Amino acid sequence: MEKRALKLSVNGQEYEVFIHPKTLLVEVIRDHLGFTGTKRGCETVSCGACTVLVNGVSVKSCSILAVQVEGMEVTTVEGLEKDGKLSPIQKAFLDNGSYQCGFCTPGMLMSATAFLNENEGREVTEHEIREGIEGNICRCTGYNSIVRAIDAVAKGTYKEE
Amino acid sequence: MSTEIKELKYSTFKTNVKYSVINTKVHNVDGIAKVTGRAQYTFDIKLPGMLYGKILRSPHPHARIINIDTSRAMELPGVKAVVTGKDTLGIKQGIWRRYEELCDEQILPLEKVRYIGEPVAAVAAVTEEIAEKALDLIDVEYEVLPAVFEPLDAIKKDAPVIHEGVERNVNVTRHIEWGDVDEAFAEAEKNGGYIREDWFRCSGQHHMCMETRAAVSSYTPEGKLTVWASTQSAYYTQALLAGVLGMREGDVRVIATYVGGGFGGKFELDAAMFCSAVLSKKLCKPVKIVFTREEDLVATKRRTPMYYYVRTAMSRDGQLLARESRMFSNGGAYTGMGATALYLSGFFHSFPYKWKAYRYDGYRVYTNTMPSTSMRGFGAPQAMFCSEQQIEWMCADLGLDPYEVRRKNAHTECYEVPGQAFIQSCGMTECIDKIEEWVKSKGDLGPNRAIGISSCGFMSGGIFNWFDSPYSFSSAVVTINNDGTVELHVGCQDIGQGSNTTMAIIAAETLGVKIEDIKGHSGDTDHCPADLGAWGSRQTLMAGNAVKMACEDAKKQLLEFAYAEMGLNIVYDLDIKDRWVHVIARPERGMKYEDLVKKAIRAKDGQRIVGRGYYTPHRKGMISPAYSYMMQAVDAEVDPETGKIKIHEIMTAHDCGQPINPLGLVGQLEGAASMALGYAYLEDLPMDEGKLLNPNLVDYKVIRAPEMPKTGMIDIETYEAEGPYGAKEAGEGLTNPTAAALGNAIFHALGIQMKELPLTPERILKALREKKEKEANK
Repeated sequence: MEKRALKLSVNGQEYEVFIHPKTLLVEVIRDHLGFTGTKRGCETVSCGACTVLVNGVSVKSCSILAVQVEGMEVTTVEGLEKDGKLSPIQKAFLDNGSYQCGFCTPGMLMSATAFLNENEGREVTEHEIREGIEGNICRCTGYNSIVRAIDAVAKGTYKEE
Repeated sequence: MSTEIKELKYSTFKTNVKYSVINTKVHNVDGIAKVTGRAQYTFDIKLPGMLYGKILRSPHPHARIINIDTSRAMELPGVKAVVTGKDTLGIKQGIWRRYEELCDEQILPLEKVRYIGEPVAAVAAVTEEIAEKALDLIDVEYEVLPAVFEPLDAIKKDAPVIHEGVERNVNVTRHIEWGDVDEAFAEAEKNGGYIREDWFRCSGQHHMCMETRAAVSSYTPEGKLTVWASTQSAYYTQALLAGVLGMREGDVRVIATYVGGGFGGKFELDAAMFCSAVLSKKLCKPVKIVFTREEDLVATKRRTPMYYYVRTAMSRDGQLLARESRMFSNGGAYTGMGATALYLSGFFHSFPYKWKAYRYDGYRVYTNTMPSTSMRGFGAPQAMFCSEQQIEWMCADLGLDPYEVRRKNAHTECYEVPGQAFIQSCGMTECIDKIEEWVKSKGDLGPNRAIGISSCGFMSGGIFNWFDSPYSFSSAVVTINNDGTVELHVGCQDIGQGSNTTMAIIAAETLGVKIEDIKGHSGDTDHCPADLGAWGSRQTLMAGNAVKMACEDAKKQLLEFAYAEMGLNIVYDLDIKDRWVHVIARPERGMKYEDLVKKAIRAKDGQRIVGRGYYTPHRKGMISPAYSYMMQAVDAEVDPETGKIKIHEIMTAHDCGQPINPLGLVGQLEGAASMALGYAYLEDLPMDEGKLLNPNLVDYKVIRAPEMPKTGMIDIETYEAEGPYGAKEAGEGLTNPTAAALGNAIFHALGIQMKELPLTPERILKALREKKEKEANK
């Protein structure tokens, strides 16, 4: 297969990359565009470290080809902060100590962001929050501090600046 | 030794000091870098002209290497180098450097492979894909040898020899004994005491760090090597790499700014570090090696699987009289840190009780499986699984109150474990009281559900120096700039547990400044003092003491100047708190810290204020300077039809001395609970003839968010005289009680005794069947 051009938008910026069609989205994000916030922790779509948003929906970026997101809007962890202002979920992670080594954190933040967006305006249960991040493995925190952070944002403790 | 320790008896006491930074809620110093994705791990490093390395691994558990032909691989366009053992100095290395016979691992062996996944060759190419392809073009001729996989088989007379000259494959033995054990058992028997013996099997577990093993090595024509490594000890990596490469330590720089987890699995030299360094040295180009998850699972190290025989004598009123235990651990192919786990398991198997007579014989046995090593808890979770269940069963057999029995025998402050250790602070009794209160408040939980308990303790850093480090165990240098900001250089390694934050808190408290005044520098051997790194729960106490000493040194220099500047009567005491330098008796009398610093530097002919600190334990016994204590209660429900476990809640009463970082402490408690629960009922490394059957995250199950129960902590505050501000270990010991407590919950819920880990539905159903059969036969 021949290499081809791909246009996509990452964190609000248009990019054009020249890639082999079998290139994974995570490879474009990390290796071609240099957004190394997005991590990889497995080869089996199990760990969620590579989670990003594609048109607002959470996607494990190791599970899809880059060409599948042609013309779409990808958001990585680097896109959560706006002009130096942290997003509510980032602030909640800081306040609740919801990370330790930090390697799963970018993916976890993206799953949490998607969950919060999907459930905006409605009350969520703790169980729903836990299911919302089921696809992300964190080996350090035991998840409970992450659940507290998501719950705090869902309850409106943090306002978007 | 024991007389020396006795001189150091301190009474433990609580302080009423009000701290400005310690035990207040602060954000992690590297928090923003982590939540914005800015934190760069070794996994993220990309250097100009960098090549990618891949490792060819043995498909055989035991085989002689007859020949390796790399010529076809070298012809593949894009391949820059292929190396085998012949391209190395062939040095056998190990982390127990003081003991030559325990330095038994050649990464890229010359003669034999001893486990499936052992590296035999490494390739550097312009892309990872080409490097991967080149692996298929390396022709290795093996002579397959008979292999052995279990320690109880490997110790037999006619078992295959894994390391030449090692009789019966026994790698290390460890004997711990005090009191007259035989006499104590005879006495117990004579007096109608209760003696019980059990066999247990404790499984392995993988560290499963989210960042797999990774290294980027860059050797330059100046003869210097820089290595970005995912390591728990930059200094160990530096020293070990220099050793195997025949370089001076000072010519090797190791950088480990952000490390994606460690848990005991990342402080030995690994094949990513070694092979990338060998390739880079050959090519004078940067080479990066990142293990796939499968490589990480198959070919790194694991928690040591252990077989325990435990015999215990208890009086009819619950006095623990004697114990003798024998343990056979599956050492796998090499020694690594496994030798330490052998010792610590046997020591903590006695915890937290005052045995008059105790004997432990541990045998670490080589097998043709991946090597076993340290993992969070360091042999203690296995030891507690056996000990705390057996004691619970003995209490039940005798109709005794398990809390009362534990209280009666528990360690107390200023207790000497005969010939082994001296306990200064100890909140064990209070932990038992609080958990008993909590459990009793829960009332009746209904059928098939019960709360199990387990007590334990853990060390605050090891005293032993088998690494043969010529340096202090921990060191710190603090430099105060003209504007009052503080450069804090430490060698201790942050692997996510938050040591950078802990050290910043201790520095800010000691100097009397704000935490944002502290600029921490760690994880770089060129710029930070040597330190043994993050293992054995050592950093809060050891590096914390070094930081405190360095800051006290700098502060003294400032205060000397302040005395003169303020023209004080020498009977007054000065202190700095929240950037205010003041007379302690009259806090309103003072000056701004920033002003003092400027003047002091001017007075020193423009020299910045530099403080130095270090810590090496002396006269603290053989194990550790201080011990944490805890009791944990696990509320679990088991479905007797399916054998499935649901954990409702975990409550832990915990004595870690003075908490330094409360947010970090909760994180350690919750994280340890998830890892220990995984060990207790989910995680396992099943093998067939040495081949791992679940080498991926689909089949290797870890705790995910929905399974994680509610967790709670009751903080038992003691003051540890040896710790900085009274602090001791808080992260690793919390892994120890969970498997035992869950086992005890199952015992009380269903009346079955679980002697094998993990506590899978299959094992639970089997135990239930056996129980039914037994009852039917009665």
